[in-house]
Amino acid sequence: MNAHDTFLARQSFIELTARERARTLLDPGTFRELLGPFDHLESPWLAMQDIVCQADDGAVIARGTLDGEPAVIAAIEPAFQGGSIGEVSGAKIAAALELALSEFEAGRAIRPVVLFETGGVRLQEANLGLAAIAEIQAAIVALRQHVPVVGVIGGMVGCFGGMSLAAALCTDLVMTRQARLGMNGPEVIEQEAGIEELDSGDRRLIWSMIGGDERVAVGLADTLVEDDTDQVRETVLGAFRRGVQKHRTEDVDGFIARLAQVNPDAIDPDTLRTLWGTS
Amino acid sequence: MENMRYEYPAKRPVTRRAHVGVVGSGDLEVLLSPSPGANAEVVIRTSVDGYGHVWKSVLDRFFQRYDGAAKIELNDFGATPGIVMLRLNEAVEASEGDTP
Repeated sequence: MNAHDTFLARQSFIELTARERARTLLDPGTFRELLGPFDHLESPWLAMQDIVCQADDGAVIARGTLDGEPAVIAAIEPAFQGGSIGEVSGAKIAAALELALSEFEAGRAIRPVVLFETGGVRLQEANLGLAAIAEIQAAIVALRQHVPVVGVIGGMVGCFGGMSLAAALCTDLVMTRQARLGMNGPEVIEQEAGIEELDSGDRRLIWSMIGGDERVAVGLADTLVEDDTDQVRETVLGAFRRGVQKHRTEDVDGFIARLAQVNPDAIDPDTLRTLWGTS
Repeated sequence: MENMRYEYPAKRPVTRRAHVGVVGSGDLEVLLSPSPGANAEVVIRTSVDGYGHVWKSVLDRFFQRYDGAAKIELNDFGATPGIVMLRLNEAVEASEGDTP
């Protein structure tokens, strides 16, 4: 196949909605949604601020199977409010992970996957969203003792703020080349520190710093995938076949040593690859 | 944000609910479900104020062909009338087609 045919044969993961992403990752025909749009579990805060709600608050919780094993997927909808985490959407994701944990405590196995696509906390819901993100992080840490918690950052929103920490806590973190992972997004940095600090319109620079390719090259994410639903699914299944690995966030000494190598006055993406490169 | 509600006469019950679209820029979410009453009921929440007459025109045209007793909830984030009509028809297709 030439490049043209290869491209056409792919089903884009990025172009799918959260619900479609969850459906296509699960084994065919096994998708079953919990707390779906007809349950009308909406944000109680957005309407007060004159913002239209979405019936699922932008979080899709799906049960089904992966490789025939019970699975739960929490997928964030990028198009609704930038994938931001509000009180309800955050609680849905945290509860899904906590219920997965209770399955293990009851002696049953389940495979948890989080599809990140989020600017972080929903500013309109402030502390309530932050509290939910803390619950998500705590649930990932508790759950990953039993089973790999697999995170996927699809793009094009990326994964920022408190949720970037949640992504870092995952056993396996999968990114596309288009995805970005970082604490503060480039627009926020430009707004707060000025365009001399960072030009958020310089896409080549932004992706060379926080894009999937760089994040995987320096070991802050695990696997780089093409924007291809089959490849994302195979990578997720592979992570579960490998089982629980050592977690990046447990390697505190290793990361302190890595930071000590960095001179903040002379750092760029290529230098970081030389210093931290894993391959 | 503006809230609107419309009612249209219906001739037949609706059996299967359907959900399409997202509340993203220039798009809308449609929830179509069996109506508890004999009429069709449309509940709109839109981020764009002052376009009640356009909504009425789009719905008048849609209900010239659609006669199901459905409750249709629209959560709109600035969709154009064309997109609204496409999403409404997509919801009907999802509700009445072979695949749920």
